Amino acid sequence: MSETGKPISRIDGSMKVSGKALYSAEFNQPNMAYVFPVRATIAKGKIAAIDDTVAKKEPGVLAVISHLNAQKLKPMDMQAQMKAGAAFLGENLPPLQSNVVHYPGQFIAMVVAETYEQARTAAYKVKVRYTKEKAAVDLKAEIPNSKRPKMFMGEEAQVNEGKAAPLLAASAQKVDHKYSTPVEHHHPMEPHATVAVWDGKDRLTLYDATQGVGLTGAIAAYFLDLKPENVRVVAPFVGGGFGSKGLWLHTLIVAMAAKAVGRPAKLALTRQMMQTNVGHRAATVQRVALATDTNGKLSVMRHHTDTYNNLTQFFEPSGKQSLVLYKAPLREVTYNVAQLNRSTPTFMRAPGESPGTFALESAMDEMAFKMKIDPIEFRIRNHTTKDPMQGHDFSSEYLLDCYRIGAERFGWSARSIEPRQKRQGRYLVGYGMATATYPGGRSAASVKVVMDAKGKVTVSTASIDIGTGTYTVLAQTVADALGIPVDTIEVRIGDSSLPAAPLAGGSQTTASIHPAAVEACVLLRRDLAALAIADPDSRLSGQRLEEIDFAKGKLFVKSDDKKNDSYLNILSRSKRTELEACATTLPVSGAGLTVPSALCTPRETPAEQNSDIKQYAFHSFGAQFAEVWVDEDFGTIRVKRFTSVQDVGRIMNEKTARSQVIGGVIMGIGAALMEATDYDQRWGNPVTRTLADYHVPVHLDVPPIDVHFIGKNDPHISPIGARGIGEIGITGVSAAIANAVFNATGKRLRDLPLTPEKFYEV
Amino acid sequence: MQENAKFPDLSDAERKALEELMPDEINEIISSGIKRRHFLKLFAVTGTALLASHMLGIEQLMARSAELSTPPPLPIENGINLSFKVNGATKKLMVDSRMTLLDMLRERLELTGSKKGCDHGQCGACTVIVDDKRVLSCLTLAATCEDKKVTTIEGLATGNELHPMQSSFIKHDGFQCGYCTPGQICSAVALMEEAKNGEASYVTANVREKKAAVKLSDEEIRERMSGNICRCGAYPNIVDAIREVHGDKAVAQLWQFAEGTN
Amino acid sequence: MRAFKYTNAPDSASAIRTVSANPAAKFLGGGTNLVDLMKEDVMHPTELMDVTRLSYTKIEKKNDGVSIGATATNSTTANHELIRKNYPLLSMAILAGASAQIRNMATNGGNLNQRTRCSYFYDVNMACNKREPGSGCAALNGVNKNHAILGWSEKCVATYPSDMAVALAALDAVVQVEGPNNSSRSIPFAEFHRLPADHPEKDNNLKQGELITAIDLPANQLAEKSYYLKIRERSSYAFALVSVAAALVTEGGRISEVRIALGGVAHKPWRATVAEKWLTGKEATTANFKAAAAAEMKNAKPLQHNKYKVGLALNAITRALEGAMQGGAYGTMEAESTSKN
Repeated sequence: MSETGKPISRIDGSMKVSGKALYSAEFNQPNMAYVFPVRATIAKGKIAAIDDTVAKKEPGVLAVISHLNAQKLKPMDMQAQMKAGAAFLGENLPPLQSNVVHYPGQFIAMVVAETYEQARTAAYKVKVRYTKEKAAVDLKAEIPNSKRPKMFMGEEAQVNEGKAAPLLAASAQKVDHKYSTPVEHHHPMEPHATVAVWDGKDRLTLYDATQGVGLTGAIAAYFLDLKPENVRVVAPFVGGGFGSKGLWLHTLIVAMAAKAVGRPAKLALTRQMMQTNVGHRAATVQRVALATDTNGKLSVMRHHTDTYNNLTQFFEPSGKQSLVLYKAPLREVTYNVAQLNRSTPTFMRAPGESPGTFALESAMDEMAFKMKIDPIEFRIRNHTTKDPMQGHDFSSEYLLDCYRIGAERFGWSARSIEPRQKRQGRYLVGYGMATATYPGGRSAASVKVVMDAKGKVTVSTASIDIGTGTYTVLAQTVADALGIPVDTIEVRIGDSSLPAAPLAGGSQTTASIHPAAVEACVLLRRDLAALAIADPDSRLSGQRLEEIDFAKGKLFVKSDDKKNDSYLNILSRSKRTELEACATTLPVSGAGLTVPSALCTPRETPAEQNSDIKQYAFHSFGAQFAEVWVDEDFGTIRVKRFTSVQDVGRIMNEKTARSQVIGGVIMGIGAALMEATDYDQRWGNPVTRTLADYHVPVHLDVPPIDVHFIGKNDPHISPIGARGIGEIGITGVSAAIANAVFNATGKRLRDLPLTPEKFYEV
Repeated sequence: MQENAKFPDLSDAERKALEELMPDEINEIISSGIKRRHFLKLFAVTGTALLASHMLGIEQLMARSAELSTPPPLPIENGINLSFKVNGATKKLMVDSRMTLLDMLRERLELTGSKKGCDHGQCGACTVIVDDKRVLSCLTLAATCEDKKVTTIEGLATGNELHPMQSSFIKHDGFQCGYCTPGQICSAVALMEEAKNGEASYVTANVREKKAAVKLSDEEIRERMSGNICRCGAYPNIVDAIREVHGDKAVAQLWQFAEGTN
Repeated sequence: MRAFKYTNAPDSASAIRTVSANPAAKFLGGGTNLVDLMKEDVMHPTELMDVTRLSYTKIEKKNDGVSIGATATNSTTANHELIRKNYPLLSMAILAGASAQIRNMATNGGNLNQRTRCSYFYDVNMACNKREPGSGCAALNGVNKNHAILGWSEKCVATYPSDMAVALAALDAVVQVEGPNNSSRSIPFAEFHRLPADHPEKDNNLKQGELITAIDLPANQLAEKSYYLKIRERSSYAFALVSVAAALVTEGGRISEVRIALGGVAHKPWRATVAEKWLTGKEATTANFKAAAAAEMKNAKPLQHNKYKVGLALNAITRALEGAMQGGAYGTMEAESTSKN
């Protein structure tokens, strides 16, 4: 019976519930020093002077390091970095190399001391004098100075610019509104942390809270000018990431500190630093215009985004879903990107789609209401089975099923199109829905499988489990691919010295590493079969390779299963202590989020597996349904129940998959109702500095969440049939909630989050 | 045995694990001799996670590092000589007056199960049980713990047997990344006592009615667990896990696929 | 956190002596706010006198009322039979605050000494007269949506964060204090906390070295009809945007006594005396509650980002009084059950 898909409990569960799972900051070292950074208190300017005389005299202080005395790092060079797989630095600012301040909170110095308490106290006593310059801190004010970037991550950024206006002008039915989303922070529960241990001058080990050990190693090696193979990054457990755990400057800072004092060093960021030093989702102001013919068929869609960035080419791509959803003859997607003296924005769970679906799916709801069509019916009328831009078929697409099943499970038919029709005590009750979507991607990956003479199998790859279930589902896949029980398999991940895997981002770990794992198992079985065939003592002696099948730890002849031999016996007779196979899969789309140099050399390259982007468009889809109760007197909104139906290809483990979707929905509830980082408009500093100010959902905010998977294999993404699942859960959630609030109250709220004061403003 | 002499305080299982982990370094390690805590450090240094249910032996090795306390880093300002109990064992050490209970557990006593999530009492990841009450170890100065009884996540299991709350969290997938989990579980364990004592919450229908013990509705569990933030969003599963322990009967799982489908 | 000397107070007299002799010394209760502020470098006492082991933990009858010890924890207090039965308003208010863990740590005396959660106060790089007298108020023209609408000054627009204190204000509590040289005094709750005026650095009228030993709750007839309502940005574990402690006594449908105190709107728990006066002798109707609330809110002076608080407070006062009339049961006010499916 297949292990894949079974809702087995996490194999790392007992370690996590007993406090034995070790996270980066917990790899304490003998003689370890502690690092505490000093952060800039201005938005723009230059450091005129640093006075560390008091700090240096503090007990336990080993060093105060700033641009004045820091180790010189290799400078930025995008071409060279790309070649080294080191282009993916969180912010393009090698730390402590100059006196220029780009944003409030920038790391400008650090104290290294014997203890955490001493380092922190001394850091407070480092005095910095600045020469201030006029800073750009307000998005609205900077939009006139913004740029229209040509490219985003290798794709055209501006699509059909200017072409929508004539069609919109000629259209009878249209909606055209502004939607805005605030700065959001990832705030994984585990703060970013690094322990750096040098072995001589040339070898470095980093225990680092990262979503990608390979990329972190490559970037650290580049800037510290080390051989990539001499930097080892270890992260067996990572306490969440959501996009924030790439390589940020603290990782380099700790390595520099450890080198400077000649001792292992540790830095765990404070929650306050996580507001300024490890990325965020940039605020957006989006304008969405839709027009339809009299039958409710979309004739044109226009989605424009105003946003910003700083020290990165990345910007929030909130028009992405508007290039994928719905059948419309013309769609225009454009961006203005300003530059602010604000910490660097980055990828955050469903970058683009999370704020983008809020705008598009709110607009769809507005249009449906305007035409008095049920919002699901409106979407069905405009459904597309092809990628609207390229014209390719979707590799596998069941969105209409998502709508239908979701509507049934949720009880959508009880909803009235007119708002304010349903009350429960003091509350106005409303239903809302939205479409979810996220691309299905794949990167290159290598997986090594080793079987020892006792039959124990070890599967290793430099992947990461940030809570996603990588450990567990990889064991399930290998169990099936070798026909052995899950509990005889040991999974090794979270170590850059293992064969390469993509960073845990972009919802592609499963789609990337599992084909390689299966391929490695195929190679291993083939080697076992070859041993048996060549062994006169085997019942498989002299059989043809292609006649041999496997099950329950044995190889057997397809036509006669009495002719069989167990893995254990084959190995033991061969006198080998172990058998090893490493396979690499490289999608035609390229290495993607994987450092190519760390891929293991395959003994033979497996044929590419259907991931042909020239034939198919790879996307996941879903439908989100929310019931909200609104207390109009206070403007307080509670989500009372939620249904999420997802078409994400094959489900590898029903239990962990469901958890990921629930998690996405909850982060979406946060985005809808409470999450926002506010900045002071005068100085550009965040005034929401901690988890007391930046509200994320707590237990009481979260209702029962009903998750349903379509569960149909995607036959084209890989032989495994699974697309990623980490991000789609958040998409569409804030729109479903805002649409439900409209259905409850008749108030259309277009500015997230929907905190009480927003009610009083409308 | 020659080898045993070189590993004075390692058990057979530990020696075996060491050999499996570091076959290349084993000779060097043997020739230089090794003490238990060095071994554990080394184990930590190798880093790579080894995971599967049969790895329980290794888990125990990692857990036992909790028995060891690192020497006090010098110099200590305003040092406080402290004696208190952690998970049943008496600890005596000198701490900086600034050190929190959380940092003492994590940085001095190798009890890293209690997590630092915000360090300001805003997330609950550091929740431990002190003198039978759940508290935040990040806002508790270590110095205030003289003579107190601290229970951390490492102290909940009995030998190899997990606490029912721990098992229930695994069953209901009450975590993803696992970082808030020790705090959630300590909090939930203490909550069971609070319910038995009839304590009220803000969502208790009528605080004037004092009962001997309260049966917690889902809404009550959610309110009383709201001091423990989970960013991965395992909340509904955590509520299921707690309900199962609180109600003393199995709570249905919601996985829709039958075994073997697909 | 700067270095400090820690002492476990052997007795109150020597604790008071030590702290009154050193202007940079502080009493340490549960530490839930003080340790937080010390980590942020907002406060840097050179000496902490831990008073949690002093014997001010009793909750007992005193005269016709109840006295609650200053070092009893918030959770012990909220769950004490005398409080739940006779002062349910106080139980509810305490339970509305923070989290179970924090309530297990926080002492009653410490709760009254909480400092504002204004983020400009917490950010040592920002001007703040409360933290550094004379430096200015960055919040006055900054992001001030969580700030005061009543009783603020140009020097400070911060709000007082405690829920417990809002109930204590409504209950006319009396704070018992011991000071140097065996002195002691009683401070009526209304005179305990201060409005900012020209000295926002002073949150309350305690003098250096004065130690809260107990909070006395006078007897009242309010237990039957009282309610604590807290409006916040998420449903739990958040500070109030606006909170209301409401309690009343009716005779023949008319209000013979009413207490209303507001949290989240001013530098101290705001006793809504205008509304109280307006309501006394009137019928207990929603229309009257609303009119009284409006009368109170006439004095509100919102800042740039907190105009919503005026309307919110008005509705919250009305709703809290309605809740009190319904016996203060939570279930009558909030949706308990999840709807179908």
